[in-house]
Amino acid sequence: MNRKLIQIILATLLYIPTFFLKPETPLQIILFIISYLVVGGTILLKAIRNIRPGNFLDENFLMSIATLGAFYIKAYPEAIAIMLFYQIGEYFQDYAVDKSKRSITSLMELKADHANLKTENGIKITDPQDIEIGSFILIKPGERIPLDGIITEGLSYIDTSALTGETLPKEVSPGSELLSGCINLSGVLVVKTTNTFGQSAVSRILELVENASNKKSTQEKFITKFARYYTPIVVGIGLAIVVIPTAILGLSTLNTWLYRALAFLVVSCPCALVVSIPLSFFAGIGTASKEGILIKGSNYLEALAKVENVVFDKTGTLTKGVFEVQKIVTFNNFNKSEMLELAAYGEVHSSHPISQSLKRAYGAEIIETRITEVNELAGLGVIAKVDDKIVTIGNMKLMNQEQIEADETDEERTIVHIGIDGKYAGYITIADELKADSKKAIENLREIGVSKIIMLTGDSNTSAKKTADELGILNYKADLMPIDKLNQLEHIMVHRNKKGKTVFVGDGINDAPVLARADIGIAMGGLGRDAAIEAADIVIMEDEPIKVGVAIKLAKRTVLVATANIIFAISIKVIVLIFSAVGLASLWMAVFADVGVTIIAVLNSLRLLRRKGL
Amino acid sequence: MTKIYRLENLGCANCSAKIERKISGLKGVTEATVNFFAGKLIIETIDDLEETSLEIEKEAEKIIKKIEPQVNITKV
Repeated sequence: MNRKLIQIILATLLYIPTFFLKPETPLQIILFIISYLVVGGTILLKAIRNIRPGNFLDENFLMSIATLGAFYIKAYPEAIAIMLFYQIGEYFQDYAVDKSKRSITSLMELKADHANLKTENGIKITDPQDIEIGSFILIKPGERIPLDGIITEGLSYIDTSALTGETLPKEVSPGSELLSGCINLSGVLVVKTTNTFGQSAVSRILELVENASNKKSTQEKFITKFARYYTPIVVGIGLAIVVIPTAILGLSTLNTWLYRALAFLVVSCPCALVVSIPLSFFAGIGTASKEGILIKGSNYLEALAKVENVVFDKTGTLTKGVFEVQKIVTFNNFNKSEMLELAAYGEVHSSHPISQSLKRAYGAEIIETRITEVNELAGLGVIAKVDDKIVTIGNMKLMNQEQIEADETDEERTIVHIGIDGKYAGYITIADELKADSKKAIENLREIGVSKIIMLTGDSNTSAKKTADELGILNYKADLMPIDKLNQLEHIMVHRNKKGKTVFVGDGINDAPVLARADIGIAMGGLGRDAAIEAADIVIMEDEPIKVGVAIKLAKRTVLVATANIIFAISIKVIVLIFSAVGLASLWMAVFADVGVTIIAVLNSLRLLRRKGL
Repeated sequence: MTKIYRLENLGCANCSAKIERKISGLKGVTEATVNFFAGKLIIETIDDLEETSLEIEKEAEKIIKKIEPQVNITKV
């Protein structure tokens, strides 16, 4: 058991009998003194040790003076109560801080203590810290994944709940990426590591969450500033309450004034307030991380609570970003399979999801030597030279620019136009699917009062309209180049309410500048993507847009709790001080204003650790 | 230059606020942050000289010892 707790219990056991003894008998006074020393001895010692010029407003010193003063005016029960409850308050603070710390460092347990390294001489059990990138490790069922990697052999189910909050196991097979910290549930896996231990998912999450409280919210800044002036002012008034009536006005009721002044000393300690505000944010961030939402600072949580606009990127954010070729339409007597072949060749170097879908539809292996030139034009498409043919692949804009007479279609899908040797060959339609929770995500945002939801996309107007209609998004802008997205965002930010905040949600591919420019940039599904983590303020680990609403709800809850704590604690303290000054409040009330308020405020903060209703 | 220190046995939130304020006020310091929960002190200095940074480190240590004598300071 904790030493402080023992002190508290012992002192209480000595303190209780005093209420049944005749007042001010030697036995009662002895019990008072022992009880006092048991619970407050350490405080007295600290006070003496810390005494030096410029440091007289030390909490220990203030509490010591307050209690010794109470002894002097023979308010013995109060003297002990002040110390006892002060310690209870301290103990409670420690407990609360510890509890929320532990709720975050439960992530710490995600670290596996060993890895089964494959070597020439069989399996060797190794410390994950000593394993280099590109090593092969074996992960047995039931084991925690020690390092990030890619599966080379084996099929299994993975429990990712600790990292992402997702309770359904995920199916994995060779080629799947694994994140450290998840648990391998069913099969034996061989994994090629892609990160060192220090760079792996677990270490990065921990670091991110731990460092989040470096960036403080205005409420946290307010409260530290407040504390700075609060203590000297309260102590000053307390001193004046004794000095003015007795020394200046010459009243002879020293003890009465002293009693009132002591209340000021008891209430002067701001620690409760100072701890409960950052604790709220810390708990909020911790709970978010359990939901698979990593928030890089209290300030972002605070900003998120004031959200006015949420701007979504379309592809890969609201939609799966996995495209499939739906239809191939040719013109000018071009052959369908030839056109697809040339398109797949032309897009060979592009990692864009659309290019991937063309390559998949083509299916056969690409012989690189057939391609002699590739020119990628951002936001337009590609012009490539394949088998001495000039292949132009892209949107309508590109066709116009290259003076290829393309057919304007009204298909509600993404369309890739293809020109061969300056002649229009036809188009390929590609469809992307909505993510399962996109619709719900938009609905939830409306429910929690986000007034404006906007979708930005580089896709054609028709395909953007289709997505927007399906999701119930009224505002969207299509045909945007990456730079246009930035301009659009800036336009939105200029026209919003001054205090409102603009959130941009993207998948971190191509939109890092937009993520960085928005008041709050949210990158989705981005634990593997360094650029996204770097640029974003909030990272959602699973590809789930619904978490945007969860994050906003949690942010609002956190700010509400923090604000409630500030108002509650300050008003109770001020009221009790005013009552004490005019003699209407007892020292008992002062003790409540100090410790009672601490406990209520801290409990209120701890409510944020609950995930219910998010 | 940014330097990070680990503060062990940091007692109360208000004391860390005091430490933060005092160190922020030191000459040559752009910003000092005490992360109470992580028990970390982050000092950002104006110039990159190792000497000034060591001097600031000494001053910071004095401040910490004065406000919270039981705190152990280690460089990260």
